[in-house]
Formats: sequence, structure tokens, C-alpha cells
Amino acid sequence: MAVLSKKLDMKVVKNCKEQSDWTSVCQLDQLMENYGQCVQLNQEQVAIFRVSGIEKICAIDNFDPFSGANVLSRGIVGDIKGVPVVASPVYKQHFDLLTGQCLEDETVKLATYPVRVLDGVVQLSTK
Amino acid sequence: MVGQRFLQSLFQRKLTENFEVITFCEESRPAYDRVHLSEYFNGKSAEDLSLVEENFFESAGIKTHIGDKVVAIDRETKVVLSLSGERVQYDKLVMATGSYPFVPPMPGHEREGCFVYRTIEDLQALTQAAEHARIGAVVGGGLLGLEAANALKQLGLKTHIVEFSPRLMAMQIDELGGSLLQQKIEELGVTVHTSKNTSEIVDGDVCQHKMVFADGDCLETDIVLFSAGIRPQDQLARDCGLEIGQRGGIVINNQCLTSDNSIYAIGECALWNNQIFGLVAPGYQMAEVVAASLEGDSAEFEGADMSTKLKLMGVDVASIGDAHGKTEGAKSYSIIDEPNGVYKKLVVSEDGSQLLGSVLIGDASDYGTLLQYKLNAIALPEYPDDLILPQRSGASFALGIDALPDSAQICSCNNVSKAQLLAAVDDGANTLADLKSCTTAGTSCGGCSALVGQILNSELEKRGVTVSNDICEHFPFTRQDLYMLVRSEKILSFDELVSRHGSGRGCEICKPAVASILASCWNEHVLKKAHAPLQDTNDRFLANMQKDGTYSIVPRIAGGEITPDKLITLGKVAKRYELYTKITGGQRVDLFGARVDQLPLIWEELIAAGFESGHAYAKSLRTVKSCVGNSWCRFGMQDSVSMAITLENRYKGLRAPHKIKMAVSGCTRECAEAQSKDVGVIATERGWNLYVCGNGGMKPRHADLFASDLDDAALLKTIDRLLMFYVRTADRLQRTSTWMSNMEGGVEYLQDVIINDRLGLAAELEQEMNDVIDSYQCEWKTTVEDPVRLQSFSHFINSDEKDSNVVFVRERDQIRPAKQEERELVVES
Repeated sequence: MAVLSKKLDMKVVKNCKEQSDWTSVCQLDQLMENYGQCVQLNQEQVAIFRVSGIEKICAIDNFDPFSGANVLSRGIVGDIKGVPVVASPVYKQHFDLLTGQCLEDETVKLATYPVRVLDGVVQLSTK
Repeated sequence: MVGQRFLQSLFQRKLTENFEVITFCEESRPAYDRVHLSEYFNGKSAEDLSLVEENFFESAGIKTHIGDKVVAIDRETKVVLSLSGERVQYDKLVMATGSYPFVPPMPGHEREGCFVYRTIEDLQALTQAAEHARIGAVVGGGLLGLEAANALKQLGLKTHIVEFSPRLMAMQIDELGGSLLQQKIEELGVTVHTSKNTSEIVDGDVCQHKMVFADGDCLETDIVLFSAGIRPQDQLARDCGLEIGQRGGIVINNQCLTSDNSIYAIGECALWNNQIFGLVAPGYQMAEVVAASLEGDSAEFEGADMSTKLKLMGVDVASIGDAHGKTEGAKSYSIIDEPNGVYKKLVVSEDGSQLLGSVLIGDASDYGTLLQYKLNAIALPEYPDDLILPQRSGASFALGIDALPDSAQICSCNNVSKAQLLAAVDDGANTLADLKSCTTAGTSCGGCSALVGQILNSELEKRGVTVSNDICEHFPFTRQDLYMLVRSEKILSFDELVSRHGSGRGCEICKPAVASILASCWNEHVLKKAHAPLQDTNDRFLANMQKDGTYSIVPRIAGGEITPDKLITLGKVAKRYELYTKITGGQRVDLFGARVDQLPLIWEELIAAGFESGHAYAKSLRTVKSCVGNSWCRFGMQDSVSMAITLENRYKGLRAPHKIKMAVSGCTRECAEAQSKDVGVIATERGWNLYVCGNGGMKPRHADLFASDLDDAALLKTIDRLLMFYVRTADRLQRTSTWMSNMEGGVEYLQDVIINDRLGLAAELEQEMNDVIDSYQCEWKTTVEDPVRLQSFSHFINSDEKDSNVVFVRERDQIRPAKQEERELVVES
């Protein structure tokens, strides 16, 4: 249905690299539950979510391939048949917050990012 | 009307391809809806009332002679001669000449200022005369007489009804019913004189006329309106020697053939079995019979049910079958509820097994059920009076749908049977609105809507179509259920609701719906910490997200009225932030292309200049459009701008199942297009007419007239109740127009609930609306004053940088988002 942009493909490539450069992005208490935020990570945009009932912070690409806009952090967080998802605020496709998989189109899968919380600080890595 | 139905039927049966069809019409316009003639006074135009679809005659290939009547029929040579001298040869002739109003031949009946009530021209003449009149009298207290009296009342006249027999509607209802009806009509300020035989009309002492009665009494009046029944228009048939009944009417047989087997007669001019049928439905049946027999089918007219249900001056009146109990051995049950002004009577067969007739006054909600008992000869329950006794315990004796045979006629106006409805359900109609639109059932008088709805539900259930009305997988409830839970249990947050009545984390369906319900009920700020994660795309940033992730801003411009200074502010702000600027359809200004981080800055400036949120981002009141009204306009009747501003300020911020648009027009020219809005208000000489549930947009719907000549206070009160009832009972994302289309009982039911307070909810609804009004806040003002909330208004949580993906190009001196190919150019360069 939709074609992933070049930008995203590059990121998938990048995820495969063995790197470990943690970047502090914000305080944990800056993140409201079930309310996404967008993080600038180098020149990337990452949508991060603190989801109720899930210990880890979820981080997926902020770029919505269906609308071509950087908006996924602004989507509504919920679950579909138990899978934690964010719904695109533009055309409402669902993305699995843990895997980046689009529920409506199996050919679309967003990049995910490792996240850790260290002393109340949220850190992301591009790997 | 019957003639037109005949032509339509010919066309539908493709007979217009086999026959050359020529039609003569005496009136100056093609067929129009006389049943709803009185709506002409509510602002419906002759075009609105027309029954002929545009280009019907052209596409059907029917030659018309409008404004030219046939004056002679030569049966020998089979030729008709028209007034203009046209001679037309025929093989078959169909007479649908209708009837004319009977004017009792009393001395003085031809005086100036004496009218009848039948054509649009009659109404125009009456309206003109009413401008210089104070008092009006209707001669005749039957169905039409009451309609006519209502018209006089609407024209602002002190109205009298003069009836020859001892009670109103003597044909249809019995003595007790008649006296209750009289009492109700007198409560409305109309004086009823029964058992009055007018012997002459002479010059009045204070008014134009004096009606002198046989008993010596008299009545002064400026206008006399005759509505004393109809007589078949049979002169043409008499002249050419067709058989005529003793008391008039062209005699027809079961095929609707006259005594000449090349000539048919249908409608009110025809006499079948010594009966004239003065209702439209039997006329339509005759039209179908003739069309069918021309097609070669052997259809027969076998008489028609003359049951009727109407609302006369706001009073429900219904009569079914043998209302007077004239059948031999008939027995009756009746109940009178004086406090509520309700009278109900059942006439049953000697053995009590069959319903023969019924009279209902003041509450005709049992009409549909009773009519089905009668028409389908369904066996009555053991205690037939259970059907009319109030069911306080909640038990219902409504007729099970399954008891109806497939042949049962459900919609008598449009002759739709149960079998046709079932077929439509088979073909996939699974909402009331779909079913109505594909079968036309319930689209004329609407009296059968409830029954159509019941059939639909029962059929869907039978077919195993589990129509789950659950809002989503997280709540086993409808939106309406959730609303009632939130209200009754005073639930203040989504988390509380989901933990008590749902499961999971919610989703983009239930969260915004619950957010809207919470706001409708408690009206807390939508970006309060507990509510912010529930808000849909636009509500989340109190602005409208566009395709590139930027936002547009629409400040409130109540009633579309704006000072030059404020307009300059809008211009300055737009210029400073380089926003694309466009005038909206709702008389506002939309500013596009703002980044999230710019929103609070822009709003700070707008608020300083006196603007407040326009809620263009919310499912709530958008705009109240207005024309300039009587302050400036030469034709204005009322101050539409002031009323629009009052309405907009009253209902701004009310969160609802969907957006709400309103408009106020200062006169019937309707420049504000109020009849295409959820709530439309049109000024009259005496106040405001209220229209509801209209829509422009995707599926236009003409709004229904809901109430007439309201004063300011009554208008607000009615809208208060209506909106809160909509908020309470509509589905998620259901506009008022679809809400109405799906409402069993239609506009009449809604009027009953809102105006007559049938459910006893009015005070509660008004209180709920007051709470919303009292707790209004400008969401943007609160937001810009709250540093915590402002933190969310940045693209990145860890940087002040902008979204580099947002690229604008210029077009016609303003910005717009770059298209993909333009973006690549920009990125490459």
C-alpha cells in the first residue's frame, strides 16, 4: 500500500550496526503515561512512549510513512487485541509500539530504538 | 398528486416507451404536495412542495400542457379539447381531476375576503388578505378545517372555528374524543363554535364581515375561510355522459374504469363502491392499479383503509377503521386521562377477537401497532384494553413484529410491505437510514418509522447479524451507555471508567469518545493531565493538523461579526508568522502553516487582541453563521446578527458527539442558509422559526421545522434541551442529520421529547446545559497561562529545533506545503 521512504531504509541499515552510544534525552518524569513525545537523536526523529503496564519506554520512528509527516509521537496510545499500539494522528493506522510493525499493512515496519532509564534519565541509542 | 403518481408509475414501468403520454394540468404549476400545503406558511416555497423531480417530464418523454385544462371530451371520436384550443386524440384517457372545496351556498359566500384552502394561489391570496386583518373564521371543523385554522393562527389572526355538527372531526372521531380535542385546541387560543349553522354573511359592524347563525348568534370576522369538505371535480365527466354517482363522483369499477372502457378515473374525482376517497394513499393505489392494467396486469382496487394520524395544531389525532362502532355487535373500550389530555378508544368485534377501529387523541403513539392489528386481522390479546392502558410497569403490549404477515403494509404513504423491507435487509440495508432510503418507507409522514426500526432489528437478529453496538473492544457498551455511566456514577476520568466498566488501555476510538463525554458532562479543560492523552489529533494541540503535520488556527468570530481592528490583528499575526490565510465557509478566518511551537505565541497575541478559541479543532459548536439582519437589511424581520452572537456565545465549548453548525437568517430569504445546519433559526414577523438536523456537506439534508414563532427565551430553551438530548443519545461521530434519520418516530418524537417533555427530561437537560455554559473557559487562554501545559508545545522534547521535514513553497503570494516532487528539488538544492 505505502512505500517506505529512503530515509527510513537508511535507518534500518543503521540499526544493524554494532554501536553503543547512549544519548540522554529527557527526565523520566517529563513523560506523561500514554502520551508520546518526539526526540531528536542526531538528525533522526524518534517517537517515545511511556505506556501504562509496560516497564520499558517504547521508541519507534516518528515518521508516518502513510502521510509522509513526522507526527507519530502525537498519536493516541492504546492497545488492539492486547498489542500496545500508537494510532497515526493523520490516517489512523496502528503501529506496534514494541516492534514497529504496522497492523494494517504487513509490508510496513518502522524502526525501533533501544531505550534505557538510568537514574531517572531516559537514554536512547542508535546502536 | 394522484395524476403525477400515475405518470411516475408509467415511467417506472417503462410504459412511457410504449405509449405517447400527454398530460393537461389546470394549475399554473405541475403537481405539488397538498398534504403538506400548510408548510407553505413555514417558509416552504412552491418549489419545495413540488412533487415533480427536475426534468422528469423530459426524461420520461411526457408532453405537458401546464396551465391548460381539458374542457370537453368527445367519446365518439376519442378526442379531448383543451381551453387553449388544443385537440388531442386518445386511446386511453385517465381522469385525475381531483376535487374542489365545497362552499355552502349561503348568502354572502362570494363576498371579498372569503377564501378556500386548496391551492398555493389560495394560500397566497389568504396571506395577502391577512396582512390587513385581525380576526379570521374557518367554516368547517374537520381535518382540513383544523389545518386551515392553524394557518390563520400562524398568520397572526385571532382564530375561530365554526362547525355545523356538535363536535370537531365528526367523521373520524366520537363525541368524547371530539370534546377533548376541542378543549385542547381552545387551550391554544382558538375559539371553537360547534352546532353552528351559518345562515348568511353580511357587512360587519367592526370587522369586514358578520356571520349570522341560524340560532341567532353572530360572529364578526375579517376573513372567512371555507373548509367544509370537498366535492369531486366531475363536471367534465358529466358533460360527456359518463356515469356519475347520486351525490357526485365518476363511477368506477375495480379496474378504475368508468362507464366508458377507454376512460379511467382515479383519485378524489372517482366514486368506487359509492365511496369517495379523500386521502392521498387510496388515490395512489388507484394510480398503480391503472398503470398496472395498462401494462397488462390484472390489478384491482379493492377499497382502502381510511385510517389517519396527524398532528393538528400540535395535538395528536388518529382514527382507525370503524371509529364509531357502527359494526353490528361492536363493543368498545375507552380511557380518558384528563390531566394529560389523552383519550383512547378501541372498537372490537362482538367476540373481542378483532380490532375494528380506534380513536386516539393527545397521544397517538399506539397508532402503528393498532393499525397493524386492524389491517392484518391479527387476533387481539385476551384483554384488548391492555393495548391502550398506560404500561407503568414497563411491560409492553406492542405487537410482536413476527405476528405481521409478509404482505402487511408497513408504510401506507408509499405502499411498502413487510416483504419489501425484508428484501432490502437481505440486500444489505442494515441501518434504519439505509432501509428508509432504499425502500422509501417512513419518508413521507414518518408515522411508521418506529415499526420499520423494529422490523430491521428483529430481522438482523434473526439473520444472526450480531450488530454489535459496542463502541470498541475495550468497552462492552455503546457511546450512549458510556455517557449514562459517566453521568450517573459521576466518573471523572478515562482511567476510572475503563477500570470500572472496560478493559485494556483503550484506543483511538474509545479514548476521544470518552474524552468528549467527560467534557460534555463535567467540562474540565481537555488538556488537563488526566485528559490530554485521550485527545484526538486536533484536540491534542487545540488546532487543526494539516497534511504536513503543521496546524491551522481559527479564532472565534461570533456570528461572523468582526471589528476592523480585530481584522487587522488577524492580518498582522498572519503576516508575522507567515501563515496562509483563507476565509472559511463559516464566516471566519483560517490561518494555516503554524508549527506546534508557534501555536502558543500566536494565541498570546490573539488573546491580547480579544480573540478566543474557535473550537475548529473540536467536536463541538463551530460557528453560527448569520445574515446582516434587520439592523441593515431592508427585508430583515429580526436582528439575526445579535441572535447569532448570543447562540454562539451560549453554546461555544459544548463538546458533542460530532461538530455542530448553526445559522440565523433574518427573514425567509434565508441568506444564512440555516436550513442546511444542525440548528437553523429563521426570523419571522413574530419571532423565530427553529429548524433542526440539517446538513450540507457529504450528504445534504434539509432541516426539519421544529417549532414556530418562538420568542428569544423559548428559542434558547428549546435549543438547550435539543443539544443536550443529542449529546446524550447520539452515536459517536454521528451528526444531527444522521441522528435524526435513525431516530424511531422521527421529528415528531423529538418534538414530543423536547417540546412536550414526554420523557420528563426537560428540566434535567436544561440544568446540564447550564452547567456547561457556567463552566466555559477559553481553552487557549487557560493554556497560555499555564507553563506546565506549554511544555508540550514543542516538536522535540530535547531540542528547540524545528521539524526539518516541513517545507513550504509559495503560490499566489502565500505559502503552501511542498508537493513531493517540489520537496525533492528543495532538498537537492
